[in-house]
Amino acid sequence: MSEIDRSTPPLNSLYQQLIIDHYRNPRNSGELPDATVEVHMRNPTCGDDIRLQLRIEDDRIEEVKFVGEGCSISQASVSMMTTLLKGRSLDEALAVARRFTGMMHGDGDAAKDPLLGNLRSLAGVARFPVRVKCALLGFDALQECMKRTQQDGTSASQPSPAPE
Amino acid sequence: MNPESTLVPAGPSATAQAPLDPGALRHDFPVLDQEVHGRSLVYLDNAATSQKPRQVIEAIERYYRHDNANVHRGLHELSRRATDGYEGARARVAGWIGAAGPSEVVWTRGATEAINLVATAWGDANLREGDEILLTEMEHHSNLVPWQLLAARTGARLRYLELDDEGRLRLEGLPPILEGGRVRIAAISHISNALGTINPVAEIARLVHDAGGLVLVDGAQGAAHGGVDVRALDADFYVFSGHKMCAPTGIGVLWGREALLDSMPPWQGGGEMISLVERDHSTWADLPHKFEAGTPNIAGAIALHAAIDYLESVGPERILAHEQALVAQTLEALRAIPGVRLFGPPRAEDRAGGVSFTMESAHPHDISTILDAEGVAVRAGHHCAQLVMKRYGVPATARASFYLYNTPDDVERLVEGLETVRGIFGS
Ligand SMILES: Cc1ncc(COP(=O)(O)O)c(C=O)c1O
Repeated sequence: MSEIDRSTPPLNSLYQQLIIDHYRNPRNSGELPDATVEVHMRNPTCGDDIRLQLRIEDDRIEEVKFVGEGCSISQASVSMMTTLLKGRSLDEALAVARRFTGMMHGDGDAAKDPLLGNLRSLAGVARFPVRVKCALLGFDALQECMKRTQQDGTSASQPSPAPE
Repeated sequence: MNPESTLVPAGPSATAQAPLDPGALRHDFPVLDQEVHGRSLVYLDNAATSQKPRQVIEAIERYYRHDNANVHRGLHELSRRATDGYEGARARVAGWIGAAGPSEVVWTRGATEAINLVATAWGDANLREGDEILLTEMEHHSNLVPWQLLAARTGARLRYLELDDEGRLRLEGLPPILEGGRVRIAAISHISNALGTINPVAEIARLVHDAGGLVLVDGAQGAAHGGVDVRALDADFYVFSGHKMCAPTGIGVLWGREALLDSMPPWQGGGEMISLVERDHSTWADLPHKFEAGTPNIAGAIALHAAIDYLESVGPERILAHEQALVAQTLEALRAIPGVRLFGPPRAEDRAGGVSFTMESAHPHDISTILDAEGVAVRAGHHCAQLVMKRYGVPATARASFYLYNTPDDVERLVEGLETVRGIFGS
């Protein structure tokens, strides 16, 4: 049987000032009228809710906005994510998503990767397994946006539950 | 009785109004004696499930160590003992809830399964298009979804009693609904898990009966917090789960009036529920076995018996009074915290069990994570009551819910934790 870690989780490493700041003052929040793709994701168990809108032209994210409601981790994560996406190619965006997911699953190298910018402040979430889903909700929406774009370039905005 | 037992003697004196001593009762619950994240555990998630006293844990162990066998199937000694324990538990439940007899007590996995049983066995045989099912906005999903499925199968229509701003049912909405004469069954909770409201079930039952409908009471919280008298409630069906009242998960009860249960077709088919089996048809066992297909949760039933003995020896009225004192303390303390919004009736006497709240600066999930880091277990989410969340315009709440072993110190630890939340998020 594996050892259970009963040490105190570092609350202050979870709730960094930068996270509280993005939670209170989300960046890129609002509607994007000329979005080319929009995905609405919810986490039904806790009510975290994110509607992510992207304008993608020639495989590049030209503009990004979101409308969200939920806990500090879900909202700060999507807010920070949007600040990193503008101007990136879809491949680059996918690399950010993969790296961030790795960090949420405890990859220490990812937590030091400059590619993740401010998102590195969320590294502490990995120590709170029940909150990892919150941090990933925005990225789930991003990956769904990219999938739909690659499929047909257009998309409806049906709310879809976050994948487990 | 164990010499260390902290229980007061059973009998009428136990339910006299001397307050119980939670600090002493705690010692009956081994799980409470631990540290979580470096602090002594404060368990305030009792509306989700209660902890188990050693009297119940020992009953399960005793059964498996000495008596384990299948019931009703063997002529040997162990089977006799298992059957006696199992049927003795049924008789205990029947006496405890005021049933006419053990044949009115059907074992289920819990409240959810019991509601599904009624919605299917009674519902499919009795409802047709145009009939109405009366629900309330405060119901747990377990007391909503089975009726939605029934409505979809039969064409029956769902009607709702609404909530007022203080978490009470708006009873003035009842007569207009009943006037139509189409309500065949009302399914209402005894006590709300999300708001703590104690509902005037007997009053509602009288009105629904006068209009020719039946009443199912979801007692998942009611049985645990204050006990049940199905006759005083004037219900037709009453359902509850053992795990919310010191018994294990996987055992619950459907109580129904004998004539009603008798009139219903079986629900699931299998062993135990038959009398004669031929090639193309079978005849059914008598009540209550008609509704109990397959090998049942024997140890669970026996453990529920031990749990009822335990709760009786403490006194259900005293437990409720104790919880209400903790609720009053919590309401007062939380009202003093800036940015806190409280849900449910403002007076502790009108509620049981728990307190749902939100904070302006922090989401319920964040509240729960921070409290957990301080060893305080609360629930954050929609509490399986999305209609309640919608009614009050919130995606989720945090909920602290109490039981007999919680102390005023536990409430102080909760309040202390909320100060930490404010330290991180502001108010
Ligand atoms: C009011 C209410 N009804 C129904 C249920 C469902 O109980 P169970 O999940 O034990 O079947 C619960 C508990 O979750 C409850 O609080």
